[in-house]
Amino acid sequence: MQPYIFKPKSRIRDFIIEKFIAVNAFTALIVILLIFIFIFKESIPIFTSHEVQSEASLDKMIFKQQYYEGRDPKWSWQPNSEVPKYSLLPLFLGTLKAAIVAMLFSVPLAVGAAVYTSEFAPRRLREIIKPVIELLAGIPSVVLGFFALIILASILQTAFGFTYRLNAINAGIALGLAVIPIIFTIAEDAMTSVPQSLREAAMALGANPWQISFTMVLPAALPGIAAGIVLGFGRAIGETMIVLMASGNAAIISGGFTESIRTLSATIAAELAEVVFGSAHYNVLFFVGTLLFVFTFIVNLGGELVLGRLKDRLQGRQK
Amino acid sequence: MITHLAHSASEIKDSESAVQFRSKSSGAFPRALTLISVILIIAMLAIVLGIILFGGVRVISWEFLSSPPENGMEEGGIFPAIFGTVALVFLMVITGVPIGVLTAIYLHEYTRPDSKITRIIRLAINNLAGVPSIVFGLFGLGFFVAFIGTGIDSAFFGSGRPVWGQPAIIWASLTLALLTLPVVIISTEEALKTIPRELKDASYALGATKLQTIRRVILPQAMPGIITGAILAISRGAGEVAPIMFTGAAYYLPYLPLKLNDQFMELGYHVYVMATQSPDVEKTKPILFGTVLVLLVLIFLLNFVAIFIRSRLRMRRMHG
Repeated sequence: MQPYIFKPKSRIRDFIIEKFIAVNAFTALIVILLIFIFIFKESIPIFTSHEVQSEASLDKMIFKQQYYEGRDPKWSWQPNSEVPKYSLLPLFLGTLKAAIVAMLFSVPLAVGAAVYTSEFAPRRLREIIKPVIELLAGIPSVVLGFFALIILASILQTAFGFTYRLNAINAGIALGLAVIPIIFTIAEDAMTSVPQSLREAAMALGANPWQISFTMVLPAALPGIAAGIVLGFGRAIGETMIVLMASGNAAIISGGFTESIRTLSATIAAELAEVVFGSAHYNVLFFVGTLLFVFTFIVNLGGELVLGRLKDRLQGRQK
Repeated sequence: MITHLAHSASEIKDSESAVQFRSKSSGAFPRALTLISVILIIAMLAIVLGIILFGGVRVISWEFLSSPPENGMEEGGIFPAIFGTVALVFLMVITGVPIGVLTAIYLHEYTRPDSKITRIIRLAINNLAGVPSIVFGLFGLGFFVAFIGTGIDSAFFGSGRPVWGQPAIIWASLTLALLTLPVVIISTEEALKTIPRELKDASYALGATKLQTIRRVILPQAMPGIITGAILAISRGAGEVAPIMFTGAAYYLPYLPLKLNDQFMELGYHVYVMATQSPDVEKTKPILFGTVLVLLVLIFLLNFVAIFIRSRLRMRRMHG
C-alpha cells in the first residue's frame, strides 16, 4: 500500500469546499420545492385569470356542466372540441379504475409471496426468490406497456370476449406487474425485521412455525405491509407509460371495467406535446400534474412515517 | 420501554388463550397457498421475458444495431436510438452522480443520523423517489426548457429562434439526473457504511484534516458503491420515457445528437412511438420486438453488474 502523505492545506479552501458539500446536500430538498413551485406556477391562472376561468375554473372541472343549449348537463373531458370541456371526473374515475384492478391483482400475490419468502422458504431458496421478483422492478414501464398493448390485450380479449381490446382490466393487470415488486419488497422487509426474540418467545409457548407467522409475525409486521400497499397504490396512480399505452385513453364516465379509460397521468403525456403554450388547456394539464404531485407526496409521506415508526418500535423492543 | 415489554407480554398471553395452539395443524395449507403466489409471479415474469426474447431475437443482427430506421420505421435498424440513449445517460451520470455522492458524504460524514437536518434531507430524498415520472416531465419542461433555457436565450441570443429554450438532450438528461438522484445517494451511503472506523481513525491520527480523509481514504473505499449507484441510475434512466417526452426526445431525426441543444432519439421512446403511432403496427412489429429486447438486455446487464459489485461489497462488510 502506498503511504498516505498529507500536506497541510489552506483552511479557507477547506472551509469553502465543505460549505460546497453542505449546499449540495440540500439539492434533493430544493428540487422537491422547485418541482412544486414550477408545476403549481403554471396552474395559477386557473385561480386568477378570468379568461382562463371562462373555459376552465375549479367549478367547471368538478361539477356537471351544460355545454350546449337544450342538452343535459354532464361531466366531460374534451379539451380540443369547439366548446372545450375540462371536467376532471372522467379522468379521476379512469385513474381509480386502473389502480383498483392493479391493487386487486397485485396485493394478494405480492403479500402471499412475501409471506412465503420470509416465513416458509428455506434460506437458499429465499436468496433466489428475492432477486428474481425484484427483477420485475427492473423492467421499464414502457416495456410493460408494450407487452400489455401488443400481447396481453389480445390474450384477454380472446379469453373473455371484451368489446374493447384496450380497457381498465388490461391496463390494471400490467400496472399490477409494476406494483408487485414494490409491495413485495416492503412487506418482506417488514416481516424479516420482526425480532428473533419474539419468534423464540412464541416457540417457547408451543407454537409451530405457521402459528408463529400468522398469530405473531403477521400482526407485528402489519403496519409495514399496509405501508407497502399504500406506496404501491401511490405508484399505480402516478404511473404513466403503462396506462398511456394499454388503457385505450377514452375519457368516459361508466362503472364498467371492460371499457376503455383515460387516466390523469396519461392525459398529461398524450396532450402536453400538442398544447398551445400558456393556453387554458396548458394550465389545466399542469394543474393535473400538481394534483398528482400532491397526492403522491402525501401517500409517500404517510408510508414513510408508518415504516419509520414500525422500525423504531421493532428495534426498540429488541434492545 | 418497560410498559412496552409488559404490553407485548400480555399480548402474547392473550393471543395464547384466544388462539389455543393446536399442535395438529401443520401449516401445509398456508404454505402451499403462499408458494403458489411466488410461482405465479415468477411464471408471469418468465412469460413476459420469454415472449419478448422469442419475438426479438430473430431480428437482432449487426445490421439492425448499426443502421438507422428506414421507410417510416418499417425497415432498417435502431442505431440513432441506441446512440441517443447512451448520450443521454452519459450526460445524466456526469451531472447527477457528483451531486448524489456529495449529498451522501454530507449525510454520513458531517451530520449525526438523528439531527433535524439529516431527517429533513432524508425525507426529501425518499419523497423525490416517489414523485411520478410524468411530473418530472412537466418539471423539466416548466423549469429547464421554459425557465432556464428561455432565460439563457433572452439574455444572450435576443428574441430570435430559440437556441436553448426548446427541448434538447441536455434538458432531458438533467431531468433524469434529478429523477435518479435518490438511487445514487442511497447506494453511496450503503458503501460509506461499510468503511471500517479504524481506517478513518488512522487517517486522522496521521494528522489529516476531515476533507483530506474524505478525498484520500473515504472516496476510494466507497468507489464500488458509487459505481453501483451510477449503474443503477443508468438502468433506471435508460428505461424512463415519461420525463423525456417533452424535454428532448424526438420521433425521428436524420442526424445524431452531437450538440447539447440537439434533440435525440431514445430506445424507450422509440418503442412507445412504434407501438402507438405507427400507421401499420403489424409491419413494424419485428423491429418493435427487437428494440424492446435491446432495451431489456441493456438494462438487465447493467443490473447484474450492479448486483455483482454490491454482493462483493456486502462480503467486505461481513468479513471486514
